[in-house]
Amino acid sequence: MRFHEHHLANGLPVIAELNDEVHSAAIGFFVRTGSRDETPEVAGVSHFLEHMAFKGTEKYSADDVNRIFDEIGAKYNASTSEEVTLFYAAVLPEYLPRAFEILASLMRPTLREEDFGLEKQVILEEIGMYEDMPTFTAYEKAMGAHFAGHPLGNSILGTNDSISQLSVEQMRAYHAARYQAGNISLAVTGRADWEQIVALTEQHCGGWSNTPCPRITDEAEPEGKVIVYPKEGNLQQHVMQLAKAPPATSDLRYVADMLAVIVGDDSGSRLYWELVDPGHAEAAEVGFNEYDGSGTWLTYLSCAPEETLTNLGRIQSVYERVNKEGVTADEIEQARNNVLSRIVLRSERPMGRLASLGSNWVYRNEYRSVMDDLETYRSITTEDIRELLTRYPFSQLTTVAVGPLESLS
Amino acid sequence: MADLTIQSHIFDNGLTLLVEPMRSVQSASFSLAVPAGVIYEEEGQNASAAILCDLMVRGAGDLDNRSLSDHLDHLGLQRSESVGWNHISFSGATLAENLLPALQIYADIVRRPHLPEDQFSAVVTGVEHSLRAAEDEPRQKVIIELRRRCYDDPWGRPSDGALSDLPRISLPTVRALYERGVRPNGAILGIAGNVDFDAVRDTVESVLGDWERSQDVPVIRGGRGPRRDHISSDSNQTHIGLAYDAVPYRDEDYYAAWAAVSVLSGGSSSRLFTEVRERRGLCYSVYATLNSLLDEGRVLAYAGTTPERAQETLDVTVEEIRKLAEGIQPAELDRCKAGAKSALIMQQESTGARAASITRDWFHLRRVVPLDEVHDRIDRLSVDDVLRYVRQHPPDDLTLLTIGPEALEVPDEVS
Repeated sequence: MRFHEHHLANGLPVIAELNDEVHSAAIGFFVRTGSRDETPEVAGVSHFLEHMAFKGTEKYSADDVNRIFDEIGAKYNASTSEEVTLFYAAVLPEYLPRAFEILASLMRPTLREEDFGLEKQVILEEIGMYEDMPTFTAYEKAMGAHFAGHPLGNSILGTNDSISQLSVEQMRAYHAARYQAGNISLAVTGRADWEQIVALTEQHCGGWSNTPCPRITDEAEPEGKVIVYPKEGNLQQHVMQLAKAPPATSDLRYVADMLAVIVGDDSGSRLYWELVDPGHAEAAEVGFNEYDGSGTWLTYLSCAPEETLTNLGRIQSVYERVNKEGVTADEIEQARNNVLSRIVLRSERPMGRLASLGSNWVYRNEYRSVMDDLETYRSITTEDIRELLTRYPFSQLTTVAVGPLESLS
Repeated sequence: MADLTIQSHIFDNGLTLLVEPMRSVQSASFSLAVPAGVIYEEEGQNASAAILCDLMVRGAGDLDNRSLSDHLDHLGLQRSESVGWNHISFSGATLAENLLPALQIYADIVRRPHLPEDQFSAVVTGVEHSLRAAEDEPRQKVIIELRRRCYDDPWGRPSDGALSDLPRISLPTVRALYERGVRPNGAILGIAGNVDFDAVRDTVESVLGDWERSQDVPVIRGGRGPRRDHISSDSNQTHIGLAYDAVPYRDEDYYAAWAAVSVLSGGSSSRLFTEVRERRGLCYSVYATLNSLLDEGRVLAYAGTTPERAQETLDVTVEEIRKLAEGIQPAELDRCKAGAKSALIMQQESTGARAASITRDWFHLRRVVPLDEVHDRIDRLSVDDVLRYVRQHPPDDLTLLTIGPEALEVPDEVS
């Protein structure tokens, strides 16, 4: 593995971790923009814009973009989160220049009025689709409730109203404000030539403008609440709970990752043995999510409606105990083996490395090799876990339930 | 293209071992398939395979439920168990040096599972929870229910089971399925990764070589659900499931069938995505996929859209399926080939994908198709081959299932 770094004059960073042992290369443009960067009038614009990027430029129509990616056999897609919009493609090395050119062109889309109107329908259908998925509904409502008044509470998809009323001019203004060279990181992994990457970047991205893209990253101070969204006709109850956890820049994030595996992995964790193994719940998990300036413990419970309150009590007991007593060295050892093998397996594919490489850069401006990560996880002790729990104990601060129940009391 | 050699060994008891050594990775993956899938369940006991699958990993050999899980976690094994139509499959991936110790535990799981009585009700409840959760997701449910209507029983059965059968399933039923289905004859162990064939074979010989074979189990073909059906729901979207006949994986024409579905739904420039989503904005999600059993296959298609636009979505989707026979552009086929070739190469970066693929090959073909042979077969396909296939297999026998507020009509076939 070889790491390379280059900065264009306009501020665009290019980073690469190259490896001749693999068969493919992956490219990702990580744009530091998402729902948290939206005002209420344009709720959902980041995600809508991600779709519109594929509608092409003056040079390439939407059909061209789809066709060319398919012609070179690219595995490509895009995603939008609260904070990052990612455009990526994995290709065989000989197609890297072509994939690069098209992917880079997505960063400067024309945003035609007629495409905008048609794609709006697709977005409204996507909102409809997610409304038929109770887990997603619970997640989105929980984020909204937990981060009420803070930008991280903004909905990624927006609403039927906000999307219906959005104009193409508003989208163009948002694009101009957020897709600035200094607000984008380009990451490349796998089998590729560094000189060629630099040349391609200069050629296709060198003309991008750069003005500052501010983002307020104050740590959220959620107050907590309980909200129930009844869904008539549903059979299972889905509950999401959120609490404060370390932000993305905290050194405690690795400790948090490992603690989440010990307490809330989908199998072999404390929640698993207390709730899932005995058949009390279909799922009972906790994960750690990091954001710019904030972080969350995200608890997910899926169970029969009549068992919900008892199960939330069981989760509370698990949390109280771990907050008070910490975890054992043996639990750390077991979780470590699990985490280490996950990292190694993921790193065997360029696409698997891309997310890690890009996120480290976007959030922390740093490069970390697989070995660095392995070393950090190996060094975690019970004392580190205690320190984390003192500052960020598990809790059930915000609760959102979606399913047959009318209330949670 | 690839210099991969797949080595195989069939033990005296019928167990097939397949190994694909991959030198440039640190990991190894396995897939162990035993012939205890849902087609071997007793009639009216659909979910016994799902229960058996979960129960088998709750203690085996000297290890109880908890210590078995702990041992596998200590080995860093990323594992999953799944129930299919033919098999229950146990899969795992970890650092290559941990593979053999993991296999020793899996030998106990298949040969000496405790199938503990005191865990039975917890497992049944767990299966019930996941079936109820699937009921709440119409997008998944429509494909599960579509299978019941386009395949004969038992091949149309949901692999996760049926809520209505659950109360009838007892521990003796599940143990009987174990006795019938979990056996070396018909079992396949596929391994890919940085491993040595001889060492793997010796370990497998020592832990599974004296596993006793038992009789093959006949499967009795039953009926299927209606070809036109609607499940009423106050869901936000209307979820459309469509199915029609195709050839199975072992058929000479399989690659032509694959290409036809790829032209329809292989990438973003494929016809369904272009016509249904890009040109008309009718859907977020629309796709068609080729599904293969041992002796028969289907194309399964899905589209989800708001109820007011559902009929138009169905009309356009069916029209695109029918229009395939009118002609295919060489460039369309070329794009499908490019996608397939690049996927073949990228598959070599994943031990899990290779282990699953070689196991599947063996089940369907009794051999593993080398990647360069797949590459050549794809390369040789012509537009004429694909058109000939499409015309010989017209979608006359469409099965339609919808979930949503209102039923829909298949165009030109209004009843």
